[in-house]
Amino acid sequence: MEYLGIELKKPKVAFFDFTCCEGCQLQIANKEDTLIDLLSLVEVVNFREISSEKGDDYQIAFIEGAISRQDEVDRVKEIREKTGTLVALGTCACYGGVNSLKNKFPLEDTVKEVYGDHSKETLPVKSVKEVVQVDFEIPGCPISKAEFENIVTHLVLGADFRYHKYPVCVECKQNLNHCLLNEGKICLGPITRAGCDAVCINGKLPCYGCRGPAAEQNWPSLKSILLENGFSLEQIEEKTSFFNSLSEVTKQ
Amino acid sequence: MKVDMKIDVHHLTRVEGHGNIHVVVKDGNLVESKWEVVETPRFFEVMLKGMSYEMAHLLTARICGICSIGHALASLRATERAMGIEIPETAKKLRLLAKHGETLQSHLLHLFFLAAPDFFNVGSVIPLVHSHRPAVEIGLRLKKLANEMCDILAGRTTHPVSLCVGGISKAPTKKELQKLRDAISERITDLEQTVELFKTLKMPYFVRATEFVSLKGEEDYPWIGGELISTDGVLKAEDEYLSMTNEYIVDFSTSKFTKLSRTSFAVGPLARINNNYKFLKAKDVAQEFDLKSINHNPFMNNIARLVECVHVVLESRELLDELLDEDLSNICAQYDVKEGEGVGAVEVPRGILYHHYQINEKGFIEKANCIIPTTQNHANIHYDLPNLVQQAVLMGETDTEVTKLCEMLVRSYDPCISCSVH
Repeated sequence: MEYLGIELKKPKVAFFDFTCCEGCQLQIANKEDTLIDLLSLVEVVNFREISSEKGDDYQIAFIEGAISRQDEVDRVKEIREKTGTLVALGTCACYGGVNSLKNKFPLEDTVKEVYGDHSKETLPVKSVKEVVQVDFEIPGCPISKAEFENIVTHLVLGADFRYHKYPVCVECKQNLNHCLLNEGKICLGPITRAGCDAVCINGKLPCYGCRGPAAEQNWPSLKSILLENGFSLEQIEEKTSFFNSLSEVTKQ
Repeated sequence: MKVDMKIDVHHLTRVEGHGNIHVVVKDGNLVESKWEVVETPRFFEVMLKGMSYEMAHLLTARICGICSIGHALASLRATERAMGIEIPETAKKLRLLAKHGETLQSHLLHLFFLAAPDFFNVGSVIPLVHSHRPAVEIGLRLKKLANEMCDILAGRTTHPVSLCVGGISKAPTKKELQKLRDAISERITDLEQTVELFKTLKMPYFVRATEFVSLKGEEDYPWIGGELISTDGVLKAEDEYLSMTNEYIVDFSTSKFTKLSRTSFAVGPLARINNNYKFLKAKDVAQEFDLKSINHNPFMNNIARLVECVHVVLESRELLDELLDEDLSNICAQYDVKEGEGVGAVEVPRGILYHHYQINEKGFIEKANCIIPTTQNHANIHYDLPNLVQQAVLMGETDTEVTKLCEMLVRSYDPCISCSVH
């Protein structure tokens, strides 16, 4: 395949899933219009959810999911050694995601609640970068299909990809949505990294920050508005900790 | 016949989640057979504790990337029944349509991407893009329709945004509904072609007398709420789901197993059809494949999935016609937060799903339980395997053939293992 007259090297890519719902992999399979084109850009050597081919030779590894068991720690370390580029795919891989809610409870009680006396192994949930070096992060619960393709194209072309510095709030305004803060809801659009086209707020669901913090945001100001609007710290904390994606700004 | 065989499939492919098949045959006799679920547990029931009621369906949708709409709907139903909320009729139809989008999406993904490669002796759909491009394109066009349905009705296919306690937070416009209605009409030929394609594929013959569990239809093919029924004659109320599932723990699986009248039972498309054949809108398609109630061949789940694809498309067209004539402004009920306990049973692509919550007077969840369709199928898969292997060994199949048959058997349930270990 050529781009601007240049023959592209087709990198070998592999997808691996860890503690997650596998919804991010599904976004890739669900991009019907461009799936065949995307597949011509890379050589997929490992994608267990849709393929029985298992290759050990790859240049880009996409890691979906958080890390929550010793075998996962070992497996992701092994992948890190084999791959050139390691990409964390989705909010669980980037931040731990909703799985991290488990960490609020004592581990022993958690296992007992579900399995009784038949104990099963589990570790506190970690993001991928807490276990191995991550070269690139694609957040989102789930990832945005369009953004994923855009990023993969950049990776294959060897071009830099940069996220918008502004928050989801900007995209939401561009879509002429009614502001959910004004409708008496807790919405984290003002501090969350743009790139999702404000998909949740378009459907009148407040943003809970799955994409992590925007480079340019003002958490102290949003927090004071929410407190002025009558929300308690507990209510605010429930939303900001939902995806475990905003702690670097909300813990300030 | 002296046959020795050792089948070890580690992390079976083309299924969601992680499971292993382990079979040992010595001197023609089966000595060991296991369906091991090794998925990492996530502990959703624990995460739900102390969460406010309005967040529960957002969290539980994330149990599964494929049937997130189904999880959201079961969760909302449990919450709404706990707090005594009656949702508007229009919202019910919009929710059902979103669910049909998901059923279609999930079934097509399975038929074209996960199951079909076995019948063409390839490892994935990727080589089929070259060898059977028109068929793959039909699959992609139909999948696109399904995803458009979910996008228009729920805001997104995976992890829906506009399903909320009381109904729907944002209704689609009439223009969007009309566009969907037109898109369905355009895809009917593709659906017929898919039926023709599957007529050329031979489902393996394997029968094991099985109990099938599903919702019981009253006037229509059942999807959301109602009584629970089994082909062995068990009939229970929705709230009695615990005695319909009887979960127990086995040491070789991180998912629980379940049973009812026998050592195991099955849920899913074949179970739904076995219990509700008379309500199918696609009986003609079922008849073309000789699929009648009660069918005991698990491989026929593939055909049941295809029949349901046709059924949901036909039913969606009817729902759209009704909605196009309706006022779409009344889509969310007013309600007061109150203490209560509720169960929500919903038929999702892989079978019947239960959510059960206890909510306190402040609207916080005190206790939660979710029983997943694949959890209910694990024991049935586990007990199908030895029977299938014995049959195949008697027929003189090779190791490679038996391994493939075992893999196909597990895939025929379209297991969502990550879901089952939630």
